[in-house]
Formats: sequence, C-alpha cells, structure tokens
Amino acid sequence: MPLSDIWFILIAVLFIGFIFLEGFDFGVGMSTKFLARNDLEKRVVMNTIGPVWDANEVWLITAGGAMFAAFPHWYATAFSGFYLPFVVLLLAFIIRGVAFEFRNKVDSKAWVKTWDWAVFIGSILPPFLFGVFFTSLIRGLPIDGDMNMYASFTDFINVYTVIGGVTFVLLSYLHGLLFIGLKTVDDLRERANAAARKVYALTGVFLVLFIIFTYLDTDAFTDHGAILIPMYGLVVVLYGLLFFFLKTKREGLSFTMTGLVLIIVMASFFIALFPNVMISSMDPAFNMSIADAASGDYSLKIMTIVAFTMVPIVLAYTIWSYYVFRKRLTGDKEHLEY
Amino acid sequence: MEEVLLARIQFASTTLFHFIFVPLSIGLALIIAIMQTMYVVKKDEIYLKMTKFWSVFFLINFAIGVVTGIIQEFQFGMNWSAYSRFVGDIFGAPLAVEALLAFFLESTFIGIWIFGWNKLPKKLHLACIWLVSIGTVMSAFWILAANSFMQNPTGYVLQNGRAEMNDVVALLMNEKLWVAFPHTIFGSFATGSFFVVGVSAWYLIKKRKVDFFKKSLTISLVVGMLSGLGIAFTGHAQAQYLMHAQPMKMAAAEALWEDSGDPAAWTLFAKIDVENRETTKRLDIPYMLSYLTYSEFKGKVQGMNALEQQMIEKHGEGEYLPPVKTTFWSFRIMVVTGGTLLGLGALGLFLMFRKKIMESVWFLRLLIVGIFLPFIGNSFGWIMSEMGRQPWVVNGLMKTADGISPNVSAGQILFSLISFSTIYTILGIIMVVLFVKFIQRGPEEQPEEDVSATDPFETGGAGHAIK
Ligand code: HDD
Ligand code: HEM
Ligand code: HEM
Repeated sequence: MPLSDIWFILIAVLFIGFIFLEGFDFGVGMSTKFLARNDLEKRVVMNTIGPVWDANEVWLITAGGAMFAAFPHWYATAFSGFYLPFVVLLLAFIIRGVAFEFRNKVDSKAWVKTWDWAVFIGSILPPFLFGVFFTSLIRGLPIDGDMNMYASFTDFINVYTVIGGVTFVLLSYLHGLLFIGLKTVDDLRERANAAARKVYALTGVFLVLFIIFTYLDTDAFTDHGAILIPMYGLVVVLYGLLFFFLKTKREGLSFTMTGLVLIIVMASFFIALFPNVMISSMDPAFNMSIADAASGDYSLKIMTIVAFTMVPIVLAYTIWSYYVFRKRLTGDKEHLEY
Repeated sequence: MEEVLLARIQFASTTLFHFIFVPLSIGLALIIAIMQTMYVVKKDEIYLKMTKFWSVFFLINFAIGVVTGIIQEFQFGMNWSAYSRFVGDIFGAPLAVEALLAFFLESTFIGIWIFGWNKLPKKLHLACIWLVSIGTVMSAFWILAANSFMQNPTGYVLQNGRAEMNDVVALLMNEKLWVAFPHTIFGSFATGSFFVVGVSAWYLIKKRKVDFFKKSLTISLVVGMLSGLGIAFTGHAQAQYLMHAQPMKMAAAEALWEDSGDPAAWTLFAKIDVENRETTKRLDIPYMLSYLTYSEFKGKVQGMNALEQQMIEKHGEGEYLPPVKTTFWSFRIMVVTGGTLLGLGALGLFLMFRKKIMESVWFLRLLIVGIFLPFIGNSFGWIMSEMGRQPWVVNGLMKTADGISPNVSAGQILFSLISFSTIYTILGIIMVVLFVKFIQRGPEEQPEEDVSATDPFETGGAGHAIK
C-alpha cells in the first residue's frame, strides 16, 4: 500500500477518534441546558468531562496537522474553501473552551448564565458544522482546475447537509447522555438515561434520513455500494440493539452502541471519498485524488515513523487517564473543579 | 491588494494575541512545578499553598492559550492556502509532530493534574505537572522548527511546485532553530517569573502574607535572573545568526543604508528617512555592533543598498526592503526590556541577600511594573523577526503576497478579522479582570480543599457555587 493511502487511513482514524471522544463532550455540553436542573447539577455534568475534554479536542488538532503535513492540497483547498463555516466553528470552540474555566470564577448569576450559554452554543454548533462539512465533502463541491474551491451558501447548506448536521448533533447528544449515565449517580443518572430513551426515536429517524439522502444525493452507493450497504446495515442493526439496551438499562452497552454508530458513520465518509480526498461538482476531472494531494514520500516516511511510535504511547496514557477518573461523580467527596 | 494586507493583519493580530498567553503558560508551568517539587521534598504546607495559589492564574491563562492556539492551526489553510500548498510537505510535518508529541501530553496531563489532587500518589501527581511543563517546552520546539524553516529554509528540495522535505536532520539542525528556541524559552521563563515577582512585590508592599510571598519572590527572582542571562546570551547568538543568514534583516534592524564602518557601532537612537534612504542623528555606542554580530571588536556590517542590489541580481526586479522603521524600533524596544529585566533581577537578588527588600518600597514598585516588560519584549521580538523577514513569507522562496488564498475575498477576511478581534478583546478584558480579582483575593481566601464539598443532590439549590 502506498504511504499516502496509509495516511488517508490514519487521518480517518484521527477523525473517528475525535468524533467518538469529543462526541460525548459535545453531548455533555448540550445536556447542561436540557438535563441539568440547577447549578450544582450543571457543575457535576461538566465535571464528568473536566479532565478529558481538552485532550479529546487534540484529536481534531492532530487530524488538522496531519492533513496539512500529509495532504497539503487537501488542507489548503478544504480550509480556505470552508472559510466562513470554519470561522464560526473556531468561535464556537473558543467560547466553549474558556467557558469551562471561567464560569465559576465570579459569583454572579449573570456571569454564570452567560458562560452556560457559551458552553451550550459551543457544544451544539461544532457537531452540526462537522456534519455539514463531511456530508458536503462526499456530495461534491465546486472545485476548479487549480484546486480552488468557490462555494456558495447552498453548497454548504442544503437538505442533505442539514440532515447530516442534525444527525451529528443528535447522535452526540445521545452519546453524551449515555456518558453522563455512566459517570453519575442517583437522580441525575436516572434522568440522563430517561432522556436518552426520549431522543432515541428522533435520532433514529434522522439516521435513516441521512442514509437515504446519502443514497439520493451522492455517488457514494454507486461507487462503493458493496462496502457501504453492509456498513449502513450494521448501523441500523446496532441502533436497533440500542433500543433493547436502553430498555434493560445496560448502560455500558448502550454507550458502546452510540459510540460504534458514530465511528461507522464517520468511517463511511472516508470510504465514500476514496480514492479521492475531495470531489468536484464542476467536473469529475477536477476531483482531487489521494495521490494528487499527498506530500512527497520522504516526508510521509518520516511522519509514519513518528506516528507509529507515538500513537500507541498517546493511547496508553489516554486510557490511563480514563482509568484514573473511572469512578462515578457523586459530588460527595469530590472536589468539583469547574 | 487589499486581501494581502487584511490577511497579514489577521495573522499578525491572532498570533501576537496567542503569544501573550503562551510565554506565561510556559513560564508558570515551570515555576509551579518547582514549587510543587519543594512541597513534595520539604513537606512544608506553605509550598502546597503556593502551588495552588499560582496555579489559579496558570489555569485561566492556559485555557485562553489553548483556544487561541486552535485558530493558529486553522488559519494557515484558511488565509494562506497557496503558502500551505507550497510548504505543507516540510512545514506541516513539525506541526503534526507537535500535536502528537506535545499537545496530547500537555492537555492530558493537565487534566489529570487539575482533577487528580487526592486521587494520585503525591509523587505521581507531581510528575504530571512536570510532564505539562515539558509538553509546553516541546511544543515551543516544534512550532519554532516550523517557523525557523520560514526564516532560513533547510532540508528541502524544490519539486512538484513546492518545497518538499528531503533531509529531516537538516530541518531539525537548522541554525535558526537552535538560536530561536532557547531565546524564546528563556523569554517565556522570564515572563512567568516576572509575573510572580511582580505580584509578590505588590503583597510585600501591602505587608500581606509576607512569608508566603517572600518565598515566592525568592524562587521567581532566581528563575527570572537566570532567564535574563539566558536571554542575553541567546539574543547575542540570534544577532550572529542574522548577520550571515538574513543580513537584510540585520541591516534594517540597524537602519544601515550603506555598509558600516569597521568596527561597527550600535545605534541607540536615530532618525530614519526611508524615502531618501538615509539615517541621521545617530546616537552610537562604538564597537557594540561588531561585538554583537561577530563577538569581536572589529568587522563591518553590510548595508541595505548593497544587499538590495544582490537580491535584485538573484531574484529579479522588485521590492526587497522590509519595513525599516518597524524592524529598527522593535529591536531596540526588545533589547531595552532585556537590559532592564537583568537589572531588576540583579538588584532584587542583591537586596534579598542583604535582607533589605522589605524596606525598599520604591524597588518593589518597580518590580510591579516589571510584570509587563517580558510581554513587551516577546511581542516586539516577534514583530522584528517576522516583519524583518518581509517581503518573504518563506525567506528567498516565496513572497508573502503570493501566499494568500486566491478564493477568499477581502470581505470574508474582514469578517473573520472583526469577529476574532472582538472576541479577543473580550477575552483580554476578562483575563485582566479575573487576574486582578484573584490577586486581590489572595491566598488566604483560597478554598480549603474539599471542606466545602457537599452532596449536590441534597443541597439542590441553584445559585451558590461550591467554590
Ligand atoms: C514558543 C511557543 C509557541 C509558539 C511560537 C506558538 N505556540 Fe501555540 N501553544 C504553545 C506554544 C507556542 C503552548 C505553550 O504549548 C500552548 C500555549 C498555552 C497552551 O495551552 O499551550 C499553545 C497552544 C496551542 C494550541 C492548542 C493546544 C491544545 O489544545 O492543547 C494549538 C493548536 C497551537 N498552540 C498552535 C500554534 C500554531 C499553529 C502556532 C504558529 C503560528 C503557535 N501555536 C505558536
Ligand atoms: C510557527 C510559528 C509561526 C509561523 C509559521 C508564522 C507565520 C507567519 C505568516 C504566514 C505570516 C503572514 C505573512 C506576513 O505578513 O508576514 C506571519 C506574519 C506575522 N507573524 Fe508569524 N508566524 C509564526 C509565529 C509567530 C509568532 C509566535 C508571532 C508573535 C506572536 C508572530 C508574529 C507575526 C507578525 C507580527 C506577523 C506580521 C508581519 C506583517 O504583517 O508584515 N509569528 N507569520
Ligand atoms: C538582551 C537583549 C536581547 C537581544 C540582543 C535579542 C536579540 C534578538 C534578535 C537578534 C532577534 C531576531 C532573530 C531573528 O529575527 O531572526 C530576537 C528575536 C526575539 N526575541 Fe530577543 N533579544 C533580546 C532580548 C529579548 C527579551 C527580553 C525578550 C522577551 C522576554 C525577547 C524575545 C524575543 C522573541 C520572542 C523573539 C522572536 C523569536 C525569534 O525570532 O527567535 N528578546 N531577539
């Protein structure tokens, strides 16, 4: 396999790791508005992700850096092409990141309220924008012969991409609720699980819509039907199983199901793209292939060595950090940092 | 072209803003790690209190450092797509390595450190803050490796229309990297130290918590003094590097149009007339420039007129002068802050040693002002370094004007510029307000660990926070 293909897979893995981990961070952020009833509950909810959200975000930063290094043309075309959506995305990340740190620093209701909104907005916008981003990548974007993208509003925002965005929001929310269910006790835990059962149906509808519109609106099934059909089939099965796990209150398994669904959906984008990194809606000749976009072999080789030594180490201490904070948050003996 | 100008303003403002928080994070991480080490070794509770008090500022600052960093990574692709295509192969690699090696390390272990008091054995918990500190220094190394390539390209070949890596050792052995990295790191350590020095001085003037802040002052003065020396030595090395690698920047930093005399004098002040290409009313320190650039009291420095001629011969007709006045004055401001910091550090240690520091209120007041000096030095150092490189974005290979995104309009850049500056202004104000608040509150008001914790579900009532 050429090194550029390995890097295409690695970048897919980074985005998958990102959506799996940061997915529940976003969901937890949304839950501060929908689930938590008072300030203390909000704090308990936020503290469930306190030790990890920053490291989870680094999955995205690494994915971006890896795109830059391994596929400069992909990075350049996509990031300049998505200029305005990315400005909004960055603003959302900024307010969310500081909000956790700021919100309990001043004893004023207005202050706390402001940052609660920042947490909420900063948690709901990014999954929406990522849904839009990936659906429009596989739908095709106006990229010209010089690899420059000139997209108009409807290239970003149309029925399919909005469905993609909403699906990501709902899946993250569900994933986050189940994470809270795993990390808290008593009343809050019960309510988180109950809320998950409530959004189950709606999320399922969007998931199905997403699959249907992927079929209608993109060439994914024509090109990669043989892989995508079983994958989306598996998504449906897993999502069906989730229904029973929710009913029988198998928290760990439920969380695993939403995690797997997110992982497979994210992976399906990369499979749909392959062997391209970007699809041009102007002319298939302008599609940007993995080989077109890639860096030189020398550079890829060096980075492969670094990645294959570092990723296991990173994974090891990441897992250790979840192990350190494996206990449920009771708020009891705990010091709530946020 | 307005796009170029706007993209430059956008990049300069977001980067300079990021670099307000970066050095303070790097410096405070080290100082807090030292304090916690003293606690673990000496088992004296006061060091634990110190660790916790100073970490309040560290964490607020770190949070802003992180969120402003994310923009940095995105904006190469957003605003500078032609540049990104051209250098991605060699410039993107250190950036990706930085994320893998440094960002994961610092963000994971800072999470464990913040939430891990009482959950981990003392020594393991201490190791976490050291890993954070090491992570910040490593991240500086890799980002500066990327930046050094822009200043002094090494380890590449030009093929497929871009600069591709062909020698990773040459990339990492870049001479610029090995002068810029220590200089920036010492600058960052100084930033953290003089922050602690200045805040401690304020308490000593008020005679609040004297023991606590005298200890803080001692630790930070020692670190600050050592960093000041480090800055001076590595600054000297930077100038020597510039002389042979980027002579145009050096000539601009000295406002030298014609070649200098031999030995060359260092100009303290001058009146620069860019239009007529002359510099008048120089106030010179003889021999100094020769020493700065060659470590001896002889040797001359080339002027911009001759250098420009060489550039035209090599790269064709065009503008090759950097903004002379900006480069010149930025250099002077940086050097003056460096000298002042050294003076403050030396005098401070002397007074400490003679046990006269408490009476020297005038000096303590100066130390409060000293908080701001490293920030000024850092910013103007970068301004000199980056503006002095103009018109090149990658020295000798790509002009800044050729690096922008052709598909992004001036209106879009303006929109992002306004949104980012607005939110940055708000963040800046909040940071100052919070810092002032926590400085005034002082360590005595720090919550005792765990005492306040109650069961959230019993207490139930919203509003009053546990903190
Ligand atoms: C000399 C050091 C230095 C310099 C020149 C820069 N940074 Fe920085 N950056 C850091 C030193 C640092 C740090 C000390 O590691 C930070 C600051 C506070 C923090 O949380 O980490 C950081 C944070 C930080 C983050 C967030 C990391 C996280 O989530 O943990 C990103 C993505 C970047 N930076 C990216 C950049 C880019 C693309 C730069 C170039 C324009 C840049 N930084 C200049
Ligand atoms: C790896 C680190 C860095 C990279 C890759 C980098 C890259 C760039 C780029 C692409 C530009 C735009 C072109 C230009 O106008 O010159 C620029 C300009 C600039 N950068 Fe950097 N930079 C880095 C670090 C920094 C830092 C940390 C600072 C200071 C905080 C800084 C300060 C500036 C300034 C002030 C300009 C404006 C120059 C001008 O407008 O003429 N840079 N840099
Ligand atoms: C003692 C006198 C000092 C000297 C002689 C000195 C020298 C230099 C030189 C020549 C450069 C430009 C390198 C280049 O453009 O390639 C530079 C850059 C820089 N300086 Fe200084 N400096 C001094 C003090 C300081 C102080 C006090 C600080 C901050 C605390 C500081 C922070 C920086 C930074 C952040 C840069 C930009 C990064 C870089 O290019 O390495 N310097 N310095």
